[in-house]
Amino acid sequence: MLAIEDVHVYYGAIHALQGISFQVNQGEIVTLIGSNGAGKSTSLKTISGLLRPKQGKIRFNGEELTGMPAQKIVGRGISQVPEGRRIFANMTVSENLDMGAYLRKDKPEIKKDLERIFAIFPRLRERKGQVAGTLSGGEQQMLAMGRALMSKPQLMLLDEPSMGLSPLLVKQIFDIIKDINAQGTTILLVEQNARMALSVATRAYVLETGKITLGGMAQELAASEDVRKAYLGA
Amino acid sequence: MGHVLREGLQQVVNGLSMGSVYALIALGYTMVYGIVKLINFAHGDVMMIGAYVGWLATSRLHMSFVPALLLAMASCALLGVIIERIAYKPLRNATRVAALITAIGVSLFLEYGNMLVASAQVRSYPPVLPSVSYKVGGVYLQYGAIVIFATTIILMILLTLTVRYTKIGKAMRAASFDKDAALMMGVNVNSTISATFAIGSALAAAAGVLYGAYYNTIDPLMGIIPGLKAFIAAVLGGIGIIPGAVVGGLVLGLTESAVSALGASTWRDAVAFLILILVLILKPSGLFGKNVREKV
Repeated sequence: MLAIEDVHVYYGAIHALQGISFQVNQGEIVTLIGSNGAGKSTSLKTISGLLRPKQGKIRFNGEELTGMPAQKIVGRGISQVPEGRRIFANMTVSENLDMGAYLRKDKPEIKKDLERIFAIFPRLRERKGQVAGTLSGGEQQMLAMGRALMSKPQLMLLDEPSMGLSPLLVKQIFDIIKDINAQGTTILLVEQNARMALSVATRAYVLETGKITLGGMAQELAASEDVRKAYLGA
Repeated sequence: MGHVLREGLQQVVNGLSMGSVYALIALGYTMVYGIVKLINFAHGDVMMIGAYVGWLATSRLHMSFVPALLLAMASCALLGVIIERIAYKPLRNATRVAALITAIGVSLFLEYGNMLVASAQVRSYPPVLPSVSYKVGGVYLQYGAIVIFATTIILMILLTLTVRYTKIGKAMRAASFDKDAALMMGVNVNSTISATFAIGSALAAAAGVLYGAYYNTIDPLMGIIPGLKAFIAAVLGGIGIIPGAVVGGLVLGLTESAVSALGASTWRDAVAFLILILVLILKPSGLFGKNVREKV
């Protein structure tokens, strides 16, 4: 579904992604794990078009995305839940969700999806008229995910959904990620919480200073000695 | 006693009409600042161009007030978009001071460009608004003042509805808050910025036509002082905050007419700038500004 081939990304002189290649297949949850600064968020931003690769190709359902502006990529069926949620804090919960459906014109379908999102996140329905900046961290994460789902993505990119949340909430958010995947959305997940990420993922890649050093089935990686030492603290 | 009260009310009427003009211009300042964080110092000159288009439409094309107003708004909307594309867009990622200096350059270009085209001569508007006054409870309400106030209210209602409920309005608010996040939603940020410039410039043009029709004379440098006053109004209300611009404009207009009423009309401009200094010292975020804290 998504194929990344030998992608290089620079921030000025810094060579942030040094030729990474990986793929995501329909229906999977794929996770990129790695420490701070390894290039996980950079990878997601490159896929969603916020950053441009200097070299390499990104293909989605056979179509070349490299160089396509970010606002068009959403329309192709990829939506991103960015790091730090980036909800529109000055707008209400409903308006944030409307923004998620910005490119869609199928009103009755949008309404159905809104109901579906309220079923996944009942808290959002309770707070729909509230200004989003006043939500708690967990609720903001839910809103960011709901907003991304409103574009009816085939592939959802999730950047550090566990950041700043209590363990109980992290568990809840990951259960929801599994549900969303079970309902048919493919997921590419970036996480520092490698244990949690590997527990829900089908496959995983390990990213170290801009390169992919390991890749395989999530369960196998979770069992591997190197990964356990470096990322699972055991 | 009755005399003092009547005089006071008369000044309120005057203050509200001048304040409406400030408010209309201030809206453009504040909307543009909200989305591109640029103080568009050419904005007062867009108002001047609007006044000239209105003058051309009424005196040469013999249009009546409303069509002339609409023509001026449409022309300046286009002008605003062109200015943004040519002058500001290439500098979007440059330092803010570079964009600010460019804005001053655009301002001078419009002022002296228009002097070249239309000459520096003062022009007078044909009497598009009947010069009647209604005496209500001892206060003279000039027809022109009523038109200014009513036009301003109508435009503000339209603006509020646009910003609050339409797709482009939501895109404007989203992009003002976080451009990358707006991009991720599929918002075309460039055209959203163009739309903001178009709306802001159209409002300034409306202010220009109202100004010309009410105060009769226009000249190529007429935009400077109202432009600066509107900037003060926008800062007073809280730059980037739409209702703040309206309240700031009206408060400034009322303050100025109060100063005139006290017999110190030569101090009017000084008082306006004093307000700017006081706001910047005491509450730089303006009357409506608050520190929006984002929970993480």
